Amino acid sequence: MKAGRLAAISFVLSMVASLALVAVYFVGESTPLEGTLLALALGGLGLGIVVWAKSLMSAPEVTEEHEALSSGPEARDRTKAMVQDDEVTRRTLLVRLVAGAGTTLAAALAIPALSLGPRPGQTLFGTKWTSGARLVDRNNDPIRPEDLPIEGVVTVFPEGFVGSSDSQTVLVRVAPDLLEPVEGRQDWSPQGCIGYSKICTHAGCPIGLYRAEAHQLLCPCHQSTFDVLQGAEPVFGPAARPLPQLPLDLDDDGYLVARSDYLEPVGPSFWNMTGGE
Amino acid sequence: MLKWLDERLGAGHWARKGLKKVFPDHWAFLLGEVALFCFVVLVATGVYLTLFFRPDATPVIYDGPYRALRGQEMSAAYESVLRLSFEVRAGLLMRQIHHWAALIFVASIVVHAMRVFFTGAFRKPREINWLVGVSLLIFAIGMGFTGYSLPDDLLSGTGLRIAYSVMLSIPFIGPYITFLVFGGEFPTEGIISRLFVMHVMLLPALVIGLITVHLGILWRQKHAQFRGPGRTEGNVVGKAFWPSQVFKSTGLMLLVAAVLAALGGLVQINGVWAYGPFDPTAVSGPAQPDWYVGWLEGGLRLFPAWEWTLFGVTIPSAFVPGVVIPGLVFTILALWPFIEQRITKDYEVHNLLDRPRDVPWRTAVGTAGFLYMGLLTIAGGNDVLALTFNIPVEGITWFLRVALLVVPVVGGMIAYRVCKELQVGGDHPLRRRRGTVLRRTTSGGFEEVH
Ligand code: FES
Repeated sequence: MKAGRLAAISFVLSMVASLALVAVYFVGESTPLEGTLLALALGGLGLGIVVWAKSLMSAPEVTEEHEALSSGPEARDRTKAMVQDDEVTRRTLLVRLVAGAGTTLAAALAIPALSLGPRPGQTLFGTKWTSGARLVDRNNDPIRPEDLPIEGVVTVFPEGFVGSSDSQTVLVRVAPDLLEPVEGRQDWSPQGCIGYSKICTHAGCPIGLYRAEAHQLLCPCHQSTFDVLQGAEPVFGPAARPLPQLPLDLDDDGYLVARSDYLEPVGPSFWNMTGGE
Repeated sequence: MLKWLDERLGAGHWARKGLKKVFPDHWAFLLGEVALFCFVVLVATGVYLTLFFRPDATPVIYDGPYRALRGQEMSAAYESVLRLSFEVRAGLLMRQIHHWAALIFVASIVVHAMRVFFTGAFRKPREINWLVGVSLLIFAIGMGFTGYSLPDDLLSGTGLRIAYSVMLSIPFIGPYITFLVFGGEFPTEGIISRLFVMHVMLLPALVIGLITVHLGILWRQKHAQFRGPGRTEGNVVGKAFWPSQVFKSTGLMLLVAAVLAALGGLVQINGVWAYGPFDPTAVSGPAQPDWYVGWLEGGLRLFPAWEWTLFGVTIPSAFVPGVVIPGLVFTILALWPFIEQRITKDYEVHNLLDRPRDVPWRTAVGTAGFLYMGLLTIAGGNDVLALTFNIPVEGITWFLRVALLVVPVVGGMIAYRVCKELQVGGDHPLRRRRGTVLRRTTSGGFEEVH
């Protein structure tokens, strides 16, 4: 019988593959080989069984009747009558009280979930930047404007907080006469050095890319694009807010420092961001 | 043995009844089984992975065999994944099988749900099982996302950050629940262990429970079946559970596992070592999430930059595509049996399935929904498309924004027409040709082929 043969061959193949798999495990590793042998071991067994089932056991079609699922109105009424025991349903006051007690207990038991995290408070409104904080790069080196070529970009942090997620800032240097600063920010960009929060205002990804020819910062997550020359206004993509701008200045040694923290929350928007708590 | 059990559990009776249970013989009924078997593989490989993974954010310095990362600081979680991938024998195989199984698990659930939808198998009395199924889909996606976020690599960190921002965007409660879930402002140390508990304990427990309910209800209500000779609303025609169905299902389980093993061994997936450890100030270039969250990502990419502030309450631009639209999608999906019942006023029990053409308007709605989700998924890879075809991403985004409004409607209308035509013709479209066949001539015209 042909099908029987095929099934038998499959089972033998499976056995051989299983043994080889054991050998491979002890000899040394090779993921592709392991995967192939495991697939053969499983597949041989599976194929054999399917072939066997298909041809060796051609079971006849059978028919089964659906018995009615519903138990009918009478049985339902009887069940209802049983549930509505007078001793339970007549005591409305007790029923209400037991429901009330259950609810208060549930509330009390749910309260410890509040320990899972702090209240947001002011956390989302401020970063580690402070007035006079020097801008440093990832190696903790402070930066002078002349260290950065025109169209150069670097990720900076407040001194002492390298790697701080919410303070990460992109520092771009452009030719000063190209800049069209927003009202009131004319002196925030000494020698064309301009700093924006690196956290995308859409969903918080770090802005990864600077397109020098267009003077645009680009977020790789959903392609929001911000115009560096015009206060990082979004020009494309789902981000609706400009990147907050860090007010910059030079200290007495000529290093770049922050004049203050960001004046608005950085990162993705949230409902009370314009007010504060 | 049987006697022993029978005297204690009365096994003789119900075992025979169970073994005689009838299973309709049609390939479309195997889709749900594929999902079940993927889950079996997920549990088996997952337990193995759990024994090696450390859900721990403590920074360590890597000194393992993978040169490119030696000397780098990373979380203990990420290091344990590297160790599992490079030093544990068969570890990488297990990890890759696990990941492939997760992808195909969700895929087979989706295809199974489509089968149920287009054949009307969710109608009375099977509405409860539809709800259970939709919950299973949601939890499966949840398991996928939590699992994918565990290795603490750069790519998964990006996904988590977006999830954090979307959660934060919910008006009034966003910041509070986000801080409870994440334990503070992103990135937080504790998130890995929280995800771990979700991934290996809470979600699997829920899924196992729901699968049990799903199968229990199926067993009680019996299968629906396609129309055919001798088949009525009152019976099920097919093969008995034993031996034929048991053999077939066991064979199918082994074959599914075999395919997953081959994929896991031969097709690399989620090579986290190449992304590097998570760094909150960096992002990996064209980042692709697992396919089943692609539609969420696509929604975030396509939605325009609309952000409103009314009476001091800001509605962030991520809120509608990140929370409202997915919420609507799953609500409509879950309530579909009841929505349809409202429309058709059909409160009868149905054990015979529709062919998609039998109810053109449902097929049209389903097609439109499918196209909508499909386009969103494509949008989730718009940067990859841009790179592959060398078109500016802006163009693709605008094209997809328009397509999202047009294509589902047009597609639904076409599906409706096709159904109507098939009803007239009456033949299975794949089994018999109808009408005239046109051939494009070299001059650009058309001619009939006879
Ligand atoms: S996070 Fe930057 S565009 Fe979405």
